[in-house]
Amino acid sequence: MSDKVLLDYGSGGRASQRLISDLFLNYLGNDELNRLNDAAELDMSGRIAMSTDSFVVDPIFFPGGNIGSLAVHGTVNDVAMMGAIPRHITCAYILEEGFPMDDLESIVMSMGHACKEAGVTVVSGDTKVVPKGAVDKIFINTTGIGDIIVDPAPSGDAAKPGDAVLISGTMGDHGLTILGTREGLDFEAKVETDSASLNHLLVKLVQDLPEVHVLRDPTRGGLATTLNEITYSSNVCCELVENDIPVKAEVKGGCSILGLDPLYLANEGKFLCILPQEHAEKALEIMRADPLGKGACQIGTMTDAHPGKVVLITQLGGKRLLGMLEGEQLPRIC
Amino acid sequence: MSFELLEKFRDPKLSRKILDKMESGLTKDLRFMEVCGTHTVAIFQSGLRSLLPKQIVHLSGPGCPVCVTHDSEVNAFLDLAGKDNVIMATFGDLMRVPGSNSRNLKKAQADGARIKVVYSPMDSLKIAKENPGDLVVFIGVGFETTAPAIAGTMKMAREQGITNFRVLCFHKTIPTALEALLMDVHSNIDGFLLPGHVSAIIGLEPYNFIAEKFGKSAIVTGFEPLDILQSLYQMVDWRNKGEAHVVNNYKRIVNDKGNATARGILYEVFEQTDALWRGIGNIPGSGLEIRQEWELFDAKKEFGITIEEGEALPGCKCGDILKGIKQPDECPLFKKACTPANPVGPCMVSTEGSCAAYYKYKLD
Repeated sequence: MSDKVLLDYGSGGRASQRLISDLFLNYLGNDELNRLNDAAELDMSGRIAMSTDSFVVDPIFFPGGNIGSLAVHGTVNDVAMMGAIPRHITCAYILEEGFPMDDLESIVMSMGHACKEAGVTVVSGDTKVVPKGAVDKIFINTTGIGDIIVDPAPSGDAAKPGDAVLISGTMGDHGLTILGTREGLDFEAKVETDSASLNHLLVKLVQDLPEVHVLRDPTRGGLATTLNEITYSSNVCCELVENDIPVKAEVKGGCSILGLDPLYLANEGKFLCILPQEHAEKALEIMRADPLGKGACQIGTMTDAHPGKVVLITQLGGKRLLGMLEGEQLPRIC
Repeated sequence: MSFELLEKFRDPKLSRKILDKMESGLTKDLRFMEVCGTHTVAIFQSGLRSLLPKQIVHLSGPGCPVCVTHDSEVNAFLDLAGKDNVIMATFGDLMRVPGSNSRNLKKAQADGARIKVVYSPMDSLKIAKENPGDLVVFIGVGFETTAPAIAGTMKMAREQGITNFRVLCFHKTIPTALEALLMDVHSNIDGFLLPGHVSAIIGLEPYNFIAEKFGKSAIVTGFEPLDILQSLYQMVDWRNKGEAHVVNNYKRIVNDKGNATARGILYEVFEQTDALWRGIGNIPGSGLEIRQEWELFDAKKEFGITIEEGEALPGCKCGDILKGIKQPDECPLFKKACTPANPVGPCMVSTEGSCAAYYKYKLD
């Protein structure tokens, strides 16, 4: 094969077949995918969770991961947040002509590792190659499907006054890693993405505690945006205690240099768990027993004080609104 | 500074002590203005605003560079964006600032204008080198804080022989604006929290007129809650004693004499001129323009740009808000026609604008 992706590889002809068999099947292959049918044949019944996401992250390689592993973690987590066991994913690659084959191999290999860790199989895939400039290097779409194991499934509109708000670990690691890498900033202390599949921990959590009201991963827009979505859907007020929200010192430092707020930065390996206060201790115990939840803690409570709003109780003891951002966070003049 | 040390400036117990002491010393309202947008955000973000005694009236002044950028300046840079062979380089906060016909740089970018958000003006030189067939125009907005870095960038461009770099200079200077505010009888300000970053460059001396001529206090203040509380308490105390002083409480960063090297670079490249401030109008001698010796880098000269006072935005009270005459929620457009999604005036668009801070942080 060429050392660069050529338009031929998306033609559907022999070149495409070689790319599929030598690369994709090599790292992602399984009985179903290897049949190379037009669609996957799956045996599933009951209540199913399904989610799709497109990954266009820039840079495609970053400390702790790359677009391939992220494309698995993101979709697996979205399915798992519904109280479901993720089973299968599909993936579609859109590649820019001239993309280095070595990079593609690293990405597909990471995707394979991530699938293995999460216990999901890729059952259908697609590859397109577009002329140079038509996409930025590589875009990946993944769709995931899984079996819902609790009834009712956790849902963003199910938070109730009196619920405890728990978080599985530190905020902002992924977002700061991406922004820092993109800007070529060398932070004194190392920051790394938290990107990981959370499904094994989440399954254990909902199996032991079906009382969980909401599970949500604070990805784009970060903790603040996700909590605003939940308080709006559930018509409750979230009172957050600033001092209790875990943020790594190096992330705080990086954010203060860049003028960013870690509460609005993306996370790819953390989740919010909202459930009745009486079950909070047990939930934290389960979360902390897993390496991906070892930093779990309670950060706030749902109340009926300001329905639809998130109120931050600051370190100083004051109160303020923690609203949604209008768009992306932008670097400031001074 | 280490975070451990900074934590001491956020100590809730000590803050409570100062707040109690301040409250017991208050005999009447104290109207204080923080000049700098970073103070505005710090006061809200830390929750300090919700803890201040009712008699402390908090006003946000003209120290958010985006907020005081005049409509015709905004229109000038929007007109340049999208011109053939022009790449605009800008700090991020200007991206959503609305010009006439609700244009902004974000929309211009979607229409194909080449706009790069940079963290440092020096990044523009890299862009210029990478695009030798294009002219890179950096939008120079800001005060004495940012002006030296931009002057330094122009010096670097000259040293490196980069000829396709220009600066569209809309810089303004703070002390002249404060004097204009104090001259306005409606403003009725008892004291100022002076901006930390600007003062690090200009030092304390340019503010002395505030006490000498107007009998008001002004304190260069850091951005942590205890910095702010200490300065407010001092201003209450001085007023009770009938005193007025201009002092520097931010000695860990600001030298009383400022930074002579930075001022040297600034005035090597720029000279004082008149400037239009949004809502305030023309303030003689409050702006900076590029000296003739540096005109090769002057985008205004290159494109024949002149800035003139146009018509104010109808209904928008940004001007009164910047002067401390009105609070953001007293503007009829606030949260109605004017929101961060659809800002009418720049005080709503800038993250450091007082309207945006009210919208974002204030609990009803």
